Amino acid sequence: MGIGTSVLLKMNAEKVLEAMGIQAEVVAADITKAKRDGEGADIILTTPELVVLLEGMPGKIVSIEHVFDLTEIRQKLSAALL
Amino acid sequence: MSSVLEQALGQGSIKLQQSCVSWKETFELAGLGLVESSRTTSAYTNEMIQAFEELGPYMVIAPGIALAHGRPSEAVLATGLSLVTLSTPVVFGSIANDPVSLVIGLAAVDHDSHIDLMAALSELLMSEDTVNFLLKATNESQVRSYLI
Repeated sequence: MGIGTSVLLKMNAEKVLEAMGIQAEVVAADITKAKRDGEGADIILTTPELVVLLEGMPGKIVSIEHVFDLTEIRQKLSAALL
Repeated sequence: MSSVLEQALGQGSIKLQQSCVSWKETFELAGLGLVESSRTTSAYTNEMIQAFEELGPYMVIAPGIALAHGRPSEAVLATGLSLVTLSTPVVFGSIANDPVSLVIGLAAVDHDSHIDLMAALSELLMSEDTVNFLLKATNESQVRSYLI
């Protein structure tokens, strides 16, 4: 598990999903755990620098530049959920 | 909510208007703040630097803001934060969020017990006004009274 960025991203993604009325399980993970346990994830939220390390995983990769920007998270999650 | 943050920032953990020329220097200061406030040993500073060297500037999580951290380890004595503001912004190599003016050091004893702290930190840094206030602050008591 991660302790920093992934925790912040999980919290803010949960806020956004709740506001959108979407039920989802959001798990915070560092790169190692994401690659090991993330096979079943529909969506993988990450930050731009880490995208390259996650490419090839089955889930859709959503890259968030500003982890406190709920509008950015909402827009990108909405697009990924279409 | 905010007193969680004030408690996480022990004596010696707040370093304002610092002048640094590289991301490494800012991490050294963030690490020093954690050491001086007895939250980590100096080994944790090296762990933070190593983490940045391995995975790069993903720790720059928002415009101008870096979250410096390693993993829970023997070098972490207690969960805590440090706060470093830079008099001149420093380029970290972030794709979207350079240059950095605020570095938050984070040490956690495990993966779960600092969740309330992270929620408070998120609330704090979500506000641009707050970030601007922190960046302008010149003494620690200003910051502490803001956080209480």
